[in-house]
Amino acid sequence: MSRLTLSGLTCRLAGRTVVDAVDLTLQPGEFVGLIGPNGAGKTTLLRAALGLLPFTGHSSIAALPVRARARAAAFMPQGREIAWPLTVEDLVALGRVAHPDAAAAADRAATDRAIAALRLDGLRHRPATSLSGGEQARALLARALAQETPLLVTDEPAAALDPAAQIEVMELFRNLAAEGRTILSSLHDLGSAARHCSRLILLEGGRITADGPPEAVLTAKNLARSFGVTAHVERGPHGLIFQILGRITR
Amino acid sequence: MVGRWLAVLAAIGIAMPALAEGPERVVSINLCTDQLAMMIAAPGQLVSVSRHALDPSMSAMADEARGLSANSGTAEEIFLLRPDLVLAGSFTNPITLAMLERLGVPVEVFPAEETVEGIRDNMRRMGKALGREAEAGAAITAFDAELARLDDAPATARPRAALYAANGYSSGSQSLAGQIVALAGFDNIADEMGFGAGGHLSLESLLLSHPDLLVEGRRYPGHSRAEEPLDHPALRALTRSVPSVRTNDPDWVCGTPRILRAVSQLRDARLALPEAK
Amino acid sequence: MTRPRYCLLLAGLGLLVGLLFLASLLTGPAGIGIGRSLAALFGGGDEVLGLVMREIRLPRAILGLAVGAALGVSGAALQGFLRNPLAEPGLIGTSASAALGAVIAIHTGLAAAFPLALPFAALAGALASVALLLVLAGPRAMTLSLILAGIAISALAGAATSLVLNLSPNPFAANEIVFWMMGSLADRSMLHVWIALPVMALGLAMLLPTAGSLDALTLGEDAGASMGVDLGRLRLLLVGGTAALVGGATAVAGSIGFVGLVAPHVLRRAVGSRPSRLLPASALGGAAMVLGADIAVRLIMPDRDLKLGVLTALVGAPFFLHLIVKTRGDTP
Repeated sequence: MSRLTLSGLTCRLAGRTVVDAVDLTLQPGEFVGLIGPNGAGKTTLLRAALGLLPFTGHSSIAALPVRARARAAAFMPQGREIAWPLTVEDLVALGRVAHPDAAAAADRAATDRAIAALRLDGLRHRPATSLSGGEQARALLARALAQETPLLVTDEPAAALDPAAQIEVMELFRNLAAEGRTILSSLHDLGSAARHCSRLILLEGGRITADGPPEAVLTAKNLARSFGVTAHVERGPHGLIFQILGRITR
Repeated sequence: MVGRWLAVLAAIGIAMPALAEGPERVVSINLCTDQLAMMIAAPGQLVSVSRHALDPSMSAMADEARGLSANSGTAEEIFLLRPDLVLAGSFTNPITLAMLERLGVPVEVFPAEETVEGIRDNMRRMGKALGREAEAGAAITAFDAELARLDDAPATARPRAALYAANGYSSGSQSLAGQIVALAGFDNIADEMGFGAGGHLSLESLLLSHPDLLVEGRRYPGHSRAEEPLDHPALRALTRSVPSVRTNDPDWVCGTPRILRAVSQLRDARLALPEAK
Repeated sequence: MTRPRYCLLLAGLGLLVGLLFLASLLTGPAGIGIGRSLAALFGGGDEVLGLVMREIRLPRAILGLAVGAALGVSGAALQGFLRNPLAEPGLIGTSASAALGAVIAIHTGLAAAFPLALPFAALAGALASVALLLVLAGPRAMTLSLILAGIAISALAGAATSLVLNLSPNPFAANEIVFWMMGSLADRSMLHVWIALPVMALGLAMLLPTAGSLDALTLGEDAGASMGVDLGRLRLLLVGGTAALVGGATAVAGSIGFVGLVAPHVLRRAVGSRPSRLLPASALGGAAMVLGADIAVRLIMPDRDLKLGVLTALVGAPFFLHLIVKTRGDTP
């Protein structure tokens, strides 16, 4: 049973075609990294797939009514908005808004699990707006986790995090995938994506140009065409080792 | 009764030829001076009165004013009428008066009198200004006679009246309305509250002062919040047990002999009150 | 903040409001003792005293509570929706537009023919202004756009109100502008209560269900929508509810500013900054504020009709300036 199916998804913004007839299916247990150069349309694709933008074509999540969408997919947007100084605990608990019928005990348990998964216990009672960028990012991710949906969609989740925290998040995603959830993450760190994702999707100019395991996607040809770089790719004992070597100058 | 002395004056006015010593083209730009002048001037002496004088809701002499031209009180308009005397009130726009002075037009300013003696003073003054002292004197005599007839209230144990107008304004004895109330034989609630000429009387205080008569301000066309207290359910409930009369502008606003009509109206109300409790 | 502490806060605020309501009933130019006042209120005692208590003091106290609650909760809701602590009905021009609606209803004679036309005309004015605000400042109103749009709408509504009043045949009408711009509860009657309460209740019924959505909106519209917030429905409920609350309140009390700014701001920390919890708390806080101000105007200047808006502005304007300085550091 697919967690997300897109067919012919097209988004036009201000006269430009930002996402162009994208077909995509995600299954349980996948940790999918969405990669691509700046302006490729990654954020637009994620937002459209979740029904946050108008589009033509089909998205299985967007086709659901609004309440049902919230139970099918959780979203961590790129903009890290926190309007009010909620405590970290209250902020993470916001994810439970998607489950208005759940018992209070179930809500508390889900919130606690999410806080523990992101190691936020010590920060529980701190106002979220007083945290560092990295801590805020972890809190916002915990919120998405607390929503306990089969599909988790995140847009640049590791952007503000230090290397250790980055790895922590990626390993968390991989574990969640192993438990049966599906993670779709837009990533800019190709090394991280190469090492942890089970599948990569390369988006260029709104079109998917490559879709498969990291080794199949991160070919020299793809890297040169879409990113304009050369890289060293090697299979190490714990996963793929990926290092950008240099730009390709014309 | 009050109309009778008006007729006497008119007869005197017609019989007496216009004397050469008084001004020949008099323009009045204030409602109160309009009416005093109409009462005392010789025929043809008064050339123009203010617009308000023609409004029956404000002027006691709207009919008499119809033969005269109406002005809006602007200096230009007045000057073009070539008056040799302009009659103004103390609240007339001082800028207009200054302009008239600069243009060399003689102006006589009449203060807004608020006592019986003040009314007599103004009548004498009008007579002098128009060169009609005899007519003014006759008017004052008639006024005094009528006043004496009406002034028959006891000095003590007088019933209490409350004046209540828009914005909850209540006039005390140092105002013309307050004087009318006193002449009709009432004590004034506003005086008890310590108002001099007048002040804001809260609805609560009005109700709890237990007046014997309510004198309500006149209503104007259109709608205003200022008049809403007059429609308040609590006040309407009060008027179910306390008699009320309504003031009107022609009799109440200007210090002219016409106030005697108002005094008569209130005196009738006093005589209609149930005997003192 | 835990639920028990929140309930305690609400109980405390409720107690404060109750005490102020009682104090409002007992305050007035005619110094009547507490015992006699309460006896008269419930029917016993002097007939005229009963009239004063039931027809003059009671409506004033009820309206003080209702208007304060309406302004407080609509301020909290607007701030939650626009994610901006400076949003409040007075500042964004909603009160001025409601006043315009009310003035038009009164001076065309509509309100005299159909009493309920008054609060509904005010509601229509408020509705137009909130809708216009959302168009001018955008749904994610940045502070600058919000304030500018609010200034524009207030100025327009104020000018139009002055025009209507000046065209009235009544000589007192032109001065009415002071009431509409500064607000007052003097000499209100139970009639005003009966026409305003239903409209305000309607507004409250529309706003309270938005509580959970406002919480979710803390993280932005995308995150909120992905958590199940129906943004379109939320916008409708918010605009409609605010318009009804502000319309009903302004129709009978004029424009009372800053209540919707101060009450939520003071209480925000106490409720842990959660918009959903701030709604009921702000209602109580706003009620306390207006009741307190109404008591103060009767104690400070018992002989004059000191306008409520003067007092709320004396407290609220410095607050507003302080908030501007505080948020100046944030990105525009």
